[in-house]
Amino acid sequence: MAYTEEELKKELETKEYEYGFYTDIESDTFPKGLNADIVRKISEKKGEPTWMTEWRLSAYEAWLEMEEPEWANVSYTKPNLQEISYYSAPKTNPKYNNLDEVDPDLLDTFNRLGISLEEQKKLAGVAVDIVMDSVSVATTFKKTLAEKGIIFCSISEAIKEHPELVKKYLGTVVPPKDNYYAGLNSAVFTDGSFCYIPKGVRCPMELSTYFRINQAGTGQFERTLVIADQESYVSYLEGCTAPSRDENQLHAAVVELIALDDAEIKYSTVQNWYPGDKSGKGGVFNFVTKRGICHTRSKISWTQVETGSAVTWKYPSCILKGDYSIGEFYSIAVTNNRQQADTGTKMIHLGKNTKSTIISKGISAGESQNSYRGLVQVGARASQARNFSQCDSLLMGNSCGAHTFPYIEAKNNTAQIEHEATTSKIGEDQIFYCNQRGIDTEKAIALIVNGFSKEVLNKLPMEFAVEAQKLLEISLEGSVG
Amino acid sequence: MDFQDKLISSYLAFEEGVNLSDSVHKTRAKALKYFEETGFPTRKDESWKYTSLAALINQDYSLFPKSESTIELRDVKKYFLYDTDTYKVIFIDGVYSPFLSNTTHDGLDVCLMSAALTKPKYRELINTYFNKIAPANESLTALNTSYAKEGAYIYIPPSVVAEKPIEIIHFASGNETSLWMQPRNLIVVDKNAQVQIIERHQSLKAHAVVTNSVTEIFVHQDAFLDYYKLQNDLESASLIDNTYITQEKNSHASVHTFSLGGKLIRNNLNFYHKGEHILSTLKGVTILEDQQHVDHSTLVHHAQPNCESHQDYKGIFSDRSEGVFNGKIVVDKVAQKTNAFQQNNNILLENKATINTKPQLEIFADDVKCSHGCTVGQLDEEALFYLRSRGIPKKEAKALLTYAFANTVLNSVQLPSLKKRINLQIAKKLGVNLGFEL
Repeated sequence: MAYTEEELKKELETKEYEYGFYTDIESDTFPKGLNADIVRKISEKKGEPTWMTEWRLSAYEAWLEMEEPEWANVSYTKPNLQEISYYSAPKTNPKYNNLDEVDPDLLDTFNRLGISLEEQKKLAGVAVDIVMDSVSVATTFKKTLAEKGIIFCSISEAIKEHPELVKKYLGTVVPPKDNYYAGLNSAVFTDGSFCYIPKGVRCPMELSTYFRINQAGTGQFERTLVIADQESYVSYLEGCTAPSRDENQLHAAVVELIALDDAEIKYSTVQNWYPGDKSGKGGVFNFVTKRGICHTRSKISWTQVETGSAVTWKYPSCILKGDYSIGEFYSIAVTNNRQQADTGTKMIHLGKNTKSTIISKGISAGESQNSYRGLVQVGARASQARNFSQCDSLLMGNSCGAHTFPYIEAKNNTAQIEHEATTSKIGEDQIFYCNQRGIDTEKAIALIVNGFSKEVLNKLPMEFAVEAQKLLEISLEGSVG
Repeated sequence: MDFQDKLISSYLAFEEGVNLSDSVHKTRAKALKYFEETGFPTRKDESWKYTSLAALINQDYSLFPKSESTIELRDVKKYFLYDTDTYKVIFIDGVYSPFLSNTTHDGLDVCLMSAALTKPKYRELINTYFNKIAPANESLTALNTSYAKEGAYIYIPPSVVAEKPIEIIHFASGNETSLWMQPRNLIVVDKNAQVQIIERHQSLKAHAVVTNSVTEIFVHQDAFLDYYKLQNDLESASLIDNTYITQEKNSHASVHTFSLGGKLIRNNLNFYHKGEHILSTLKGVTILEDQQHVDHSTLVHHAQPNCESHQDYKGIFSDRSEGVFNGKIVVDKVAQKTNAFQQNNNILLENKATINTKPQLEIFADDVKCSHGCTVGQLDEEALFYLRSRGIPKKEAKALLTYAFANTVLNSVQLPSLKKRINLQIAKKLGVNLGFEL
């Protein structure tokens, strides 16, 4: 009996968000609303030094002057920022030395997410800095890393223990005045990760953070700062799942990467926040600013798999400041039902002989809207700059949309820029070919989508690639016309 | 008083010369109101991000030339494509020149907008077509509409093939030190009719001239339109060209734009599809030098199934020139089986030249084939070496490669003498004589 499209659709519609559960942990939550006092209180609560409090306050002042941007190709009800509580930490502080001390409920949550700490420790060789509602709960593998001189901790800890590094680099790539949400983040960020790889060190394992939005009505304002000193290498993973909620949740993170001379940073993201239900109710608003700066001969590579969030608004960028530096962007963005994604990258070529590659794959299904928005800019002094961009869109069903907005600005005559974009659907002949060989339609689609995204999936670290493939299947199953 | 205020305050003077009671004037008044509210576009508008009008509108222009200027045929003959074998609608400083023109009412109408707007026999046509596709929310188009009075009016009745091409030429005589012109053209190609049109704007003296032109074109079922825009003006002249084309079932419309000179050129070229099996072609060659600025802003709106559009724009930029390409393809939900292609290739010859390009796709239908490609690069060193190793001097070798680069656009020019002329102009630009025709 053939598995028809209708059946597939039905199955998908009834599919509940797999990670939609809510852990009942007693939390220490601030009253809703935002003002200078709240900013001060956050700083105080985190036990921050005065310079940090001032930094936050100046960001807050600047943010008050800014307006929420409207240029993105998405439409949503603007979140009421006064309805958000800006601090929420599980009460079970302080840090634990071993897993037995951790609240069993919390452990259970992680187990259901399939990221059991023990398992991670033993099998994956991944050090995990788990952020659950803004405060780092458990950090593993710290000692192994410490031997190499690598600092991998929460940003609050870094502010206290490595103020010289934080002071030197925080806000240098994404200044607080950069945009509305970056400003907001700078004022109220409660936690995030900090990573420093010393000169000449190759980080022996993939560093990873799992983000998880838990407390109802809490916005997440993460701040990540990764510094790779000269000739060092690090691969950083970031992955997300969030419980099912009806109320829209705001997530405005800032990620700053600094690759000093000859360093290399590989930053991979799998994002699977709650996308809202079939009718577009609920879901996470994901307004993220991610940017890296490349010094001489260094390389930054962004890889992202975006399957979740109701509204995504995200442009991981590279400033290629140093000569011979390289920027890369590999992205798969999948939207289904009423999801909206406006994502892409910016490659700013400033140094000589800089190179950048952009591979973006957008898959839209249901009634979703998927946009690629990218900028390739070659400055007047960036001679021999080279860029290759490819944006492919796959449309499934006739109620979705795929959009491409590439901006190309070349001011140097030795620049070589190529941009290519295509839009298509899964061919009936491809499906037929698979069916004929005994592969049912659903599997055939998974196969084709997999092939379509392969260029990007290949760039993910092993552990992530498996998860990403699974996510693609979950988000797309049966949504095909 | 800045120029924007002048445009609004001078309106009373314009109103003295037109019939205030008819419906056309109501349209004008409405458009003026819109312009008054919005003013000139600035770089803050997304579609004007890369082109600034500030330098143009910071100075004063005369809106109404003092007296009718006459120019001698021998002075301008070289700007005509053919001496005799075309219909010609010629304007000097925005005023119709019966002496230079060659209009007709025999079988088809090649005449004046001023006549069409005022004479009762055209009333019905004007009601059907005038300002019907020009969008109300474009301030420059609204400005043109509010001053719409003169221009070319062309009507090709059903199943008529215009046996001669039609030339529309606007001369700026240079009798005014600075001049702002707003010609308004209306072209209707009725069912199964065919026409070829060449449009040109030319200044005779290096005086500041700005032309804000609007052309509305209706291409009916099975009709064929072949339109050429020749932009090779002096470096004192600027042009804002707004062209709106609607196409009905089975029609074919093609627009070639050759931007070879001028201070600032902005081409807003818009295609709207109203039926199935439509073919739209948009092509352009841009060769710029000095501080020239050319902005191609195209829109193809696919609103019906089974249509096709092809865009091919080539740009060659030297010195401090600036090129902008802002192409947009919109495919509506119902427009299944659309094939839409967009290509923009650019060569930067000099270090100071700039190219900003933004090819956009907005697609709401799933069974479509859409693609866009865009490149910025240089002439191929190896190809250059190959030619030089065979004894072709560097300059000529470069010219040959440039020709080859632009050839995909020149190929589809249907008028042999126009093709020849453009080839000559390109050769002149490149400073070479290849000794043969390409």
